Amino acid sequence: MVELAAAVLIATGTLFFIAGTVGLLRFPDIFCRLHALTKADGLGLALIALGAALLAGTPGAVFRIVLIWFFVATASATCGHLVARYARQSGAGGGAP
Amino acid sequence: MTDPLMIFDLLLALAIVALAVASLSVRDLFSMIVLFIIFGLLSALAWVRLSAPDVALAEAAIGTGVTGALLLKTLHHLRYVSGTLGQQTALGVTPVAPVPMGIILANAGFCGLITLGLLVAFLGAPATGPGFDALVAEAMPQSGVEHPVTGVLLNFRAYDTLMEVVVLLAAVIAVWQIERGLSDAPAPVMGEVWQGFARLALPAIVVVGTYLLWVGAEAPGGAFQGGAVLAAVGLLLLLTRAYIPQPAHRGVARGAFVLGTAAFALVAILVAGGGRVAFEYPLEHAKTLILLIEGVVTLSIAVTLAALFHGREPVALSEGGRHDT
Repeated sequence: MVELAAAVLIATGTLFFIAGTVGLLRFPDIFCRLHALTKADGLGLALIALGAALLAGTPGAVFRIVLIWFFVATASATCGHLVARYARQSGAGGGAP
Repeated sequence: MTDPLMIFDLLLALAIVALAVASLSVRDLFSMIVLFIIFGLLSALAWVRLSAPDVALAEAAIGTGVTGALLLKTLHHLRYVSGTLGQQTALGVTPVAPVPMGIILANAGFCGLITLGLLVAFLGAPATGPGFDALVAEAMPQSGVEHPVTGVLLNFRAYDTLMEVVVLLAAVIAVWQIERGLSDAPAPVMGEVWQGFARLALPAIVVVGTYLLWVGAEAPGGAFQGGAVLAAVGLLLLLTRAYIPQPAHRGVARGAFVLGTAAFALVAILVAGGGRVAFEYPLEHAKTLILLIEGVVTLSIAVTLAALFHGREPVALSEGGRHDT
């Protein structure tokens, strides 16, 4: 039962990652791409981390997964912000605000 | 019946080779670095699949994280000295400085020789067999630690590890020699969000790096992985300008560079005598000595890698004005 729930969560998370990647490849400018990537991947990551935490055996492992989720999430949000900030300041966005 | 993991491994191997080809053939330096970083991450994954988590950690932390940061910093510096900083034009391989054909051929020759040597070694090695697993497992009680990789690295083959630390020391000495005349490229302004993230991440990195060092005694981890993670602290401090290297700090920095090599060599020599040879730790103190060496080496590695990222000796003359070529 727990394995099934974990599998469903991880599969759903993977779908979000695929959606984010499609957005990265298909969207016209850097801001739309970032929008697709950061949001979809953020959710995908959370779902995969949740699935992995369900499968983890010990509280210590769950704690590590939570830590990894937290820092990857904040790091990718910060990276998205930095890329957008640089693009906006240098005018690389291609006509976006 | 095909194993699903077999398909995954094949795809992974194909992706690694494709990324290696792509990062060598792409003409834009930034794309090249990004491709190299992804190549490193997938290599780390490949090491995990080969049941070598220690190598995977080292590849991810040093081969990908620190090396990627070094390459990006170098690109920033190249853009600065070539006057293309802030321009949108991609910086290609050619305009920076044409490499003489002889050097390319010599490099290709040496790389080819190494590949050939590896191929010969691979073909000469027994395809199946127990390897050294049994020997190491048998000798583990004498190593003082529980993790076989740490036992091999810090005890059975400690001389090799000492040489790795010496290589890092030599690298930082060379960098401090050759970059004397160049001035720093201006640090990019990163904004408040980044500053906040750095403030959040800094203490966590310190904990993770120390944890990696400590856990090395019984699980994957150790001095190089911990040192590389701790070097990220230096990188963050340098990038946020929370720490600006001063010429007056050179003495401390030099001490930190040499500390690891010196302490390692000193312990190795001091344990000799009374029937023991160098690097043969007395069993009752083995774990203490290994942890001592690892701790000191970790510190040295962290400071050295951070200094390599900074890239040059902080000399007084650069403070006044530009001294770039």
